[in-house]
Amino acid sequence: MIKVNVYVTLKKEILDTQGLVIKNAIPQIGFNNVENVRFGKFIQLEIEQRSKSEEDIKKEIEYLCDRLLSNPIIEDFKYEIL
Amino acid sequence: MENIKKPVFGIIVFPGTNCEFDCYHALQNILGAECKFIWHNDKSAAGIDAIVLPGGFSYGDYLRSGAVAKFSPIMEYVRKFADRGKLIIGICNGFQILLEQGMLPGAMLRNNTLKFICKFIHTRVENSRTPFTCNLEKGHIIKIPIRHNEGNYYINEKGLAELEKNNQIILRYCSKDGVVSDEHNPNGAIGSIAGICNKEMNVFGLMPHPEACCENILGSNDGIGIFCSMIRSITGIRKWM
Repeated sequence: MIKVNVYVTLKKEILDTQGLVIKNAIPQIGFNNVENVRFGKFIQLEIEQRSKSEEDIKKEIEYLCDRLLSNPIIEDFKYEIL
Repeated sequence: MENIKKPVFGIIVFPGTNCEFDCYHALQNILGAECKFIWHNDKSAAGIDAIVLPGGFSYGDYLRSGAVAKFSPIMEYVRKFADRGKLIIGICNGFQILLEQGMLPGAMLRNNTLKFICKFIHTRVENSRTPFTCNLEKGHIIKIPIRHNEGNYYINEKGLAELEKNNQIILRYCSKDGVVSDEHNPNGAIGSIAGICNKEMNVFGLMPHPEACCENILGSNDGIGIFCSMIRSITGIRKWM
């Protein structure tokens, strides 16, 4: 089984209002050195390799990320194979 | 009306859709058209003149609003229906599905207020030369409700210029007097855009709910104008109602 962590965030040019709300809440807890907060999604996949090569598995993950897990118009994704 | 063939609206229903009965009531009971529900798992439907993708929370809005609905079997038929030049109206979640499907350009973000907004607003008709607004005049103000958390329409600069150039922006949020400004933009949508159509002008997506304002007892009957425009485009009858 291959475990893959996928991180999906809004593109930099999109206003991240949730990140902003979190950033503004942090001083209320007592820290005033947090300059920026980006809020995103974490998705974990468990994939059966079967007879696929590592290259093919990577292509599969990228296709999934591009087609379903993220909206490429407004989101970026990155993944790590654990 | 006895000898006239009623236009048939196919209302697509996904798990989590909740506005299909309002659409049915508006189109069949108020406007006198014929409606059929089409279950999302069906591969096609017959005898449909126009498709409605209604509002709601298809697939619970999980992952992103409309993100999973685009893979339902019926969407292939919906795409081919559009390719044949037939009319499709996507309301709220329906608009989100059309965007995710790529049948309309751009994407939806969360409202910039981060709040679910449920209230009457006003929109201004920007283009009356479409099958969805042909019974209305350019500049006409529509009093219509919105109910959404993700209605902040986004498109990049190049895409926005294309929309403007091709007159694809159909409705903008405005004041009751038709003033378009940040103050009257409920969700931060770029250009105060409330509804757009594709280049071919047969697919229309809008965040406000015309099916929820076809009777004065509900606060407005301005929704009738949009549906009558569609019926006119289908039947050729200018004054259906």
